[in-house]
Amino acid sequence: MFFVAALSILVALSLAVARALMGPTVFDRVLAANTIGTLSILLLAVVGFMTGRPEFLDIGLTYGLLNLIGTMAVLKFFRHGDLSYDDKDTKKNT
Amino acid sequence: MTEILLYLSWVLIAVGSFFIVIGAFGIFRLPDVFTRIHAAGVIDTVGAAFLLTGLGLNVEFGLVTVKLLMIFLLFFFSSPVATHALAQAALADGIHPVAEDLREVKTVAADKSDKDDV
Repeated sequence: MFFVAALSILVALSLAVARALMGPTVFDRVLAANTIGTLSILLLAVVGFMTGRPEFLDIGLTYGLLNLIGTMAVLKFFRHGDLSYDDKDTKKNT
Repeated sequence: MTEILLYLSWVLIAVGSFFIVIGAFGIFRLPDVFTRIHAAGVIDTVGAAFLLTGLGLNVEFGLVTVKLLMIFLLFFFSSPVATHALAQAALADGIHPVAEDLREVKTVAADKSDKDDV
């Protein structure tokens, strides 16, 4: 059953990669990248169970935190054009 | 008792895998960003939750179960934040939701049928 789960996650990964390549907007690509990160964590967990080494879960946890920060950084850059954008600064200046 | 838990974990893993494939299919097939976010939500909530619960029931209670719970909590909090920011950024960028066009078409059609009745 672990094998079936890993296989279905791989199928889902290939569909997400296809969406990331097709676009058409940058937000589709960000969404696909986020989904690829989620699916990688799940694949890491399943493969860890399949090979009898659940220590892989630590790697998945770390990757999840990095995934969230990466997504937020890319979105902030495309929305404000600046990674150090702060709402308070603009209010002070205007 | 452990036999029952093992069978339950297989069922949960199968259901989770099913929903993961459904969600990925939605990301591939649906027409615009906002509808695709909806499909991605299926993977992050139902798919991941069922799969991780199934994995957790598959082992004895211990450190592994706690780690699975931590991954589940991470998904529980980070997925809504990411999708909300994504929808906000897409709206701020001026992307028009397809669903609104569909609603307009429907109301126009409804108005027309009302006039026909009169």
